[in-house]
This record gives sequence, C-alpha cells and structure tokens, in this order.
Amino acid sequence: MGELKDADAVGETGNPVCGDISYIYIKVKEVDGVEIIDDISFQTFGCGAAIATSSMITELAKGMSLDDAMKIKREDVAEALSGLPPQKMHCSNLAADGLHNAIKIYREKREA
Amino acid sequence: MNSSEYVYLDYAATTPMDPQVIDVVEKHFKNTYGNPSSLHSAGQKAAKVLYNARTSIASLINADRKDIIFTSSGTEADNIAIQGVAHKNKDRGNHIITSSIEHHAVENPCKFLMKQGFDVTFLPVDKFGLVDPIKLQEEITNETILISIMFANNEIGTIEPINDIGEIAKDNDVIFHTDAVQAFGKIPIDVKELNIDLLSASAHKIYGPKGVGMLYMKNQGIRQNWGKYIDPIMFGGGHERNMRPSTENVPGIAGFGKAAEICEEELPIEINRQIKLRDRLIKTTLDSIDDSYLNGHPKKRLPNNANFGFKYVEGESILLDLDSGKIAASTGSACSSASLEPSHVLSAIGLTPQDAHGSLRVSIGRFTTEEEIDYFLEKIPPIIERLREISPVRK
Repeated sequence: MGELKDADAVGETGNPVCGDISYIYIKVKEVDGVEIIDDISFQTFGCGAAIATSSMITELAKGMSLDDAMKIKREDVAEALSGLPPQKMHCSNLAADGLHNAIKIYREKREA
Repeated sequence: MNSSEYVYLDYAATTPMDPQVIDVVEKHFKNTYGNPSSLHSAGQKAAKVLYNARTSIASLINADRKDIIFTSSGTEADNIAIQGVAHKNKDRGNHIITSSIEHHAVENPCKFLMKQGFDVTFLPVDKFGLVDPIKLQEEITNETILISIMFANNEIGTIEPINDIGEIAKDNDVIFHTDAVQAFGKIPIDVKELNIDLLSASAHKIYGPKGVGMLYMKNQGIRQNWGKYIDPIMFGGGHERNMRPSTENVPGIAGFGKAAEICEEELPIEINRQIKLRDRLIKTTLDSIDDSYLNGHPKKRLPNNANFGFKYVEGESILLDLDSGKIAASTGSACSSASLEPSHVLSAIGLTPQDAHGSLRVSIGRFTTEEEIDYFLEKIPPIIERLREISPVRK
C-alpha cells in the first residue's frame, strides 16, 4: 500500500468521471532466468471496491512471473474477493489493467 | 461516547421513529382497523384519526386542513403534483420550469414529460446551489404552466429563495410546486405567506413511519374546486378529494400526524440547538482537515445538514471507514448506483467530477448529541489522512 519508491515501473489507469484512479507500482527481479514481481504496491483514488481490487491484485501478483501476471483477468480479482456486485465489476478491470500497464511499461523500458 | 453504540448521522436519508410516534402507530394498528370510507362506527373512528392527522400536518405549514391529501411517499406526492398539473393544463401550455438540483422524484417525472412533448427548463444554480429568481422570471413564457423548485436541497442543504419564487409564480399566474421533503418540520413553512400552490412532504424524514407522504394542494378542500388545476395520475375510488384513490394507511397517517405535532412543538428549540451543533461540526471539521471545504450555502442551509468536500479522497471509501468506526453518514457519489456519474447536484454547483466524488454528507437530528458530534470529529481526521496516503491524486 502506498508509493513504492524504487519501483521499476508504474502502471496508471482510471476514469476520473466514475471516480477511480489507480497506480500499480512493480519491482522486478530475475530468478533462474525468469522475471518475477519481487515487490508490488498500489495507490488508489476510488470507492471501497476499487481499493479492495487494487489491494487484492498486489496480493495475487506478488512473486508471480511477469508472463503469469499478464494472464490475471478481472474475473480472477473479483473471484479472489469472493465476488463483486455487477456495477462494481469495472473496478476489477481497473486493477488488472493497472498491473498489465505496469508490466508493459517495464518491458518497453528494458527493450529501449 | 460508549464504543458499543452506533452514531447515526444520516437523518437526511431517513430518521428513526420517535418513540411517541411508535406508540401511536401501534395503538392504531391494534384498534383502528375500520375503513375510513365506511359509514359504520369502526369506519368513522378511522376517519376521525385521518381528520386529526390532517389537522396536525396542516397546522405545521399554516395550510387549511382540507387541502392536505395523503400519499404513500414524498415521491408519489411529487409525481402527482408534476404529472397532474402537466396533464390538466396541457391545453394552456407545455412549458415547465424546474431547477438542475432537484431530487430524482422531481427530475425524472419532468424528464418523462419531456418524452411526451413537454418543454422543461432546468434552471442553473450558483456555487451555493441557489436558484436565481431573476433568471426564473426571464424563463417564464406564455406556455409556462408549472414551476417546481425544491424548498431545500437534500444533498447540500441549501434553502432556496421560496418567497421570491412564490411571488414570481403568483405574478405570472403559474402554478408553483415545491418539494419540501427535506425542509418540512425542520424550518418554519407558511404556504400562504410563501404563495405555494403545491407542497410535497414525507413522514419518515420527520421521525414518522416510512410509506406515508402528503401533498398540500391549495384550494382543493372544497368539492367545487376538485381537479380545477390538477388531475389525478392514479384512478380508483374517490379517496383523498378524488386525487389519490385507495384506502388510506390509517396507522401510518396517525403516526405522520403525531410526528408533525412533535415537530411543531419542538421546532423553535430544535432549530437553534441543531444550528449550534451543525456549525460546530462544520467549523471543527474544516479546521482540523487540510484541503477540505463546505458544499452548499454557509447560512442559507438546513439546520441539520453539513456537506463536506475532502480533496484527493473518494466519498464511498470515507463512508465505509466511518461505518467501521460505527458512524453512519452519506456520500454524494452515485458510484453505488448503476450509473457511475457523480451527483448532479454537486456537478451543478460547479464541482469537478473528482471533487464531487470526494463529498460527505453529515446530517443530524433530534436525537443527535454533543457527544456524538465529538465522536465524529475525533474519528474523521485519521480516516481522511489514511485514504490520502493511498491516493494517487494527492498533490
């Protein structure tokens, strides 16, 4: 929770009209030739569901390989929270998109 | 403050029933089973209960007893007023003027009428939520048949210039309806002095039961006047001056009457007590939390309403944290509804969507104590602080 000072990448996502803005910070390290998420944190401006999905995705993704983390879907986040009401499903999008954006940015940085 | 207690600061949403009201409702549930339309003694006993309740409610707004009709809710009263006037007067004109900060119970009937060919003007409001009477005057045309502007706003508590609006409506021979659900019983209302033709109110906002409301209809008491300027929207028996068919909710109405009686008795003392509590609540909250502000007018506001804006945080999160701390409040954010748009009221007073989402309504009432306000004031700063720590939009 909060800003990760020495993050390798930050994934931003959100929609200020519906009130949600989320930053997902990741720190990556290589273990046996596989890039894994060593540390992860979030900052979220949003309702209870938006904060809960952001928090849950950091729990889910920590220690995962980047390839596996890219496969986390919004349904996975919602399921890990034992479900979300239909009108709050977009909140889990926010979390998954934030993580995927962070990974994409990290990969673009590495290739650059 | 006993930590096992729950601090209820959402009186604008609904109120707990006054114990005296519960006694009255219970008594009539048990004993007054007759149909008020029946000629036998059991029926006439029930009719007497309605008579007394009508008298108490009329007295609270200086209306004639016979001009009060009972409905199932404030929402129903709004619907009868707006749709009823529109249909009755459609040959005279098709223009309705309302404000951009009305409750949905007024806004949505107006939008429905637009689909049927009526022309509706939604008057803008200033940053405090006030309608400008000059603008109202400018919008009136030969086609204008109805002005519907709320007495006081449910979210930000702003009290509209009803005196000026009533005068303009009268001068221009336009019917004036006001949704007074939030103001009724909380501040003095005189329908005659204010030139109000139609006024909606609800029992559950004044410590009465849910499922009971009323519509004041000027000059509808005498049979010859029935339906002169308004049509019913529901059809059935001849109950409630032919305006609202169906057997009356006698125990509920009795409770509404008792609730109105208590309000009238306590009004002078309660207004001052609540204004004092409200102003301390507002001042201390704004003093103790940076980047916070008050929504609505500082003075022209309901005695029981405070609406705060806290920058960089979202209202629903505040609400849930307060609830964990055993405090009930409300938010202007519509995120819990199917639409994710921020409150139309906060948007109308000029707040950005992000700021509109960071609002918190704290509404107090008859049972609110100094200790409860202290408890809220102690709990709120760390909640805002924590949410700001995890907020990416903090400056």
